[in-house]
Amino acid sequence: MTNSIEELADSNLIIVTGSNTTEAHPVIALRMKRAVRKGAKLIVIDPRKIELTKWADRFVQIKIGTDIPFYNAVANVIINEKLYDEQYVNSRTEGFAEFARHVQHYPPEYAAEVCGVPVEDVYYVAREYAKASPGAAICYTLGITEHSCGSHNVQSLGNLGMLGGNFGAYAGGVNPLRGQNNVQGAGDSGAIPTDLPGYQKLERPGVREKFEAAWGVPLPKRRGITKITAMDQMIKGNVRGVFIMGENTVISDPHANHAEHALKSTEFMVVQDIFLTDTARLADVVLPAAAFAESDGTFANSERRVQRVRAAVKPPGEARQDVDILLDLFGRMGLPQSATTAAEVWDEFRQLAPILAGITYKRLDEGQGIQWPCPDEDHPGTPYLHRDDMDSGMPGFFAPVDHIPPAEEADDEYPIVLTTGRRRSTYHTGTQTGRASGFELLMPHEMCEINPIDAAEMGFEDGDTLVVSSRRGSVTVAAKVTDRSPRGAVFMSFAFPELTRTNDVTSDAYDFITETPEFKACAVKIEKAAEQNLHWKSAQARVRLAGEVVMPTKLKRDAAVAPAGD
Amino acid sequence: MGQDLARPASRARPVPLTHNMKPLNLPLNLQVNGIGVAVPSDARVLDALRKTGFDVPTLCYDERVGPKGTCRMCLVEVTVGGKTQTVASCTSFAAEGSKVETHTEALKDYRRTLLEMLLSETSAPKRFPDDDPTAHSEFYRAVREYDAKPDALPLLERRKPAPDPNPFIQRDYDLCIACYRCTNICNEWEEAGAITVSGRGQDSQIFSFFGNNLLDSPCTFCGQCINTCPTGALTDRKLAGVDPFKTERTRTICPYCGVGCGINLITQDGELAGTQPDFDAPSRGSLCVKGQFASWEFVKSEERLKYPLIRKDGVLQRASWDEALDLVAGKFKQIIEEDGPDSIVCWASARVVTEANYLLQKFARAAIGTNNIDNCSRT
Repeated sequence: MTNSIEELADSNLIIVTGSNTTEAHPVIALRMKRAVRKGAKLIVIDPRKIELTKWADRFVQIKIGTDIPFYNAVANVIINEKLYDEQYVNSRTEGFAEFARHVQHYPPEYAAEVCGVPVEDVYYVAREYAKASPGAAICYTLGITEHSCGSHNVQSLGNLGMLGGNFGAYAGGVNPLRGQNNVQGAGDSGAIPTDLPGYQKLERPGVREKFEAAWGVPLPKRRGITKITAMDQMIKGNVRGVFIMGENTVISDPHANHAEHALKSTEFMVVQDIFLTDTARLADVVLPAAAFAESDGTFANSERRVQRVRAAVKPPGEARQDVDILLDLFGRMGLPQSATTAAEVWDEFRQLAPILAGITYKRLDEGQGIQWPCPDEDHPGTPYLHRDDMDSGMPGFFAPVDHIPPAEEADDEYPIVLTTGRRRSTYHTGTQTGRASGFELLMPHEMCEINPIDAAEMGFEDGDTLVVSSRRGSVTVAAKVTDRSPRGAVFMSFAFPELTRTNDVTSDAYDFITETPEFKACAVKIEKAAEQNLHWKSAQARVRLAGEVVMPTKLKRDAAVAPAGD
Repeated sequence: MGQDLARPASRARPVPLTHNMKPLNLPLNLQVNGIGVAVPSDARVLDALRKTGFDVPTLCYDERVGPKGTCRMCLVEVTVGGKTQTVASCTSFAAEGSKVETHTEALKDYRRTLLEMLLSETSAPKRFPDDDPTAHSEFYRAVREYDAKPDALPLLERRKPAPDPNPFIQRDYDLCIACYRCTNICNEWEEAGAITVSGRGQDSQIFSFFGNNLLDSPCTFCGQCINTCPTGALTDRKLAGVDPFKTERTRTICPYCGVGCGINLITQDGELAGTQPDFDAPSRGSLCVKGQFASWEFVKSEERLKYPLIRKDGVLQRASWDEALDLVAGKFKQIIEEDGPDSIVCWASARVVTEANYLLQKFARAAIGTNNIDNCSRT
């Protein structure tokens, strides 16, 4: 996030797009609700009627995969009505003239048609966003990024941020809400094929040399390959060994059959995890690791805040902390390390990564965590980026991006679009929430959320067992009839892999720049299963999806006899 | 002003917003029990007295929803411009040059009487032995501090417990004092609207639609009502049977999403027993259903991996650490020798600590010699 979570409560306007915030980030949603209570406007732009729409001033229900035409049209209105922050655009950005010409190809009427929304919505979003800027925040998550044009989607939001002068504004910014507890920290630490620790580019002069001097060994010059590329290379036989730490790749990656096939093609596979996951079952060596409650170290959260993680109990059996296992392995590879604890590893890391240099365990223990960049030990941390200038030292570049439809669209054979995501009471592949008692009452099994009109047309009822198939595979799942889903689209999570391996169905397309998989759109067909799971029907009878209120039968009857209309 | 006044502020104390970059208000100067203190111009009297190190019971106050002024426990005497008034310190703004008295005999008597009135609404007398879990709660701490007598006033009719089968929140309204902190946090902070007050006066009761069963209500089971409840009327069912006097707390971070809410892991005899929010973290004590009720049981699962495993004859079998790690190192060295370092890939994790991720990328680059290091941020 460019800005801080707490700041959202002070925003003038919040645009939430591609984020089911009350379910995926409930505690961030609290700040959004607070902002609304304090008078801010909230605009939700999403294909699904998510719970947050209850708090929204305007819900713009765009079609799946039409983000770019919408935001380009919004930019079109802002520019043509001269609502943008001219001084900011002149002093801190480049490429405005070209961008202004580019968005002329995206008049509001065109976007309205492509996105399936009233043209008035485009004007509304543009005018309200411009009026509230600076100090208008955009929040997004995987609904924006998990598309084959995901990085362009992000750029289209970045364009708006610059037009409004919101990069570097308190309570403004363009804020990706990070999905996993330490996804920020994993990136910070340099676990990326192109960057050394602290986002120091491998190819930048002097960077590799600095690490070679610190680590005392020559380092490889060539960029590494991403996970997606690696899996293709495994199948081709070019990757022989793989070391996987703490990830259930087989379940979490798209087109699961492909991921499993790839991993089976390797010669030697090591998995370090806390459970014998479906991925660990394929391994040649499984290393038992400590869980978060047994580990010392740090997590970095969505707002770049480094916070201390402390061990409360000892790991079970012979399991060891990840840090200890890796330090041991270094020695056996002939490169013994001087660090022996997480604290010493952190000290080595921060001294090599300027953005984290001032963050020490001592400071973390004394305070509430520190937000990077924090260049020295007297620096208080950085609540929001780009305050006085773009932090990269370069101007912000407007990106003229074009509409690219999802790689797979609905057709006659596969007429429904499947989009996937999270729900509040389950998490990812369910290895953690699946073991918490009581959660089976909140969400007993996977459900396929389907619009009531579609369900009626296809002859499905709530709780029916369905077979959802795509060109890559099929799964059985219970129907959940709800108007959270728009017509022509259904929604599923992937938290119940034992019975419903959703990612057997999802698309194998991915973003051509970041290689993020297109989880948010694939074409499927839905049929009633020959064998009905009656247990599902009874188990979900009382389940409420977020934002749904199930009326007791008696009240429903009362409502039915009440006079209609005004 | 004895030393007993200077106990640490209760768990609902305001968390300073260190990153609030808006211009600071000009400070006001006032005196609390004779001690000078400077506070921002929008501060309340309560902020001033807590900043000075004093405290008063605040049974209806949660900083997240702001002052309500209904319990009247925090009343103090404020003298400004030669005029002395008794005001609720949570709702009254601090005034320049004012003098605040928090513990005059009259105020202490007054608070004792209020507490005795509240005691007459509950079964507390019977349930008040010091080893009772509720003895930890804000209300009973205040009862002890002010020496309120449970039998000072005739006992009134009990409130009815809610026979609610949900597996998370125990609702024992026999202990309820109708402070409404639970309904305030539910309606004004979480904005779930799951619970409300039904009835008036002595008949007031916390109620949920429909049929008083939380599973059928809009409740999200965020657990905020439990953690703001000052009496122990609302408790975490998963913590039932845990003796609060024998537990330890470890400050750490929730293992789920990227918000990074602060939690305290509760351990008893070296075993995990539950979770409570960390009110001193930037998340200000807020959690969701996962952080509150699902953040520790998986750690204790019997299915956890306890020993290294090596595949022998096609089956994963128990091995020693030496065997397992030597095999990994040996095999990697062999692959590097035969096909070069780029035929190995390492995948780090968005779920484990940064230090381990740092080590794994260093392992890939320095020990193996490849930049084939990635993490699961894309999924």
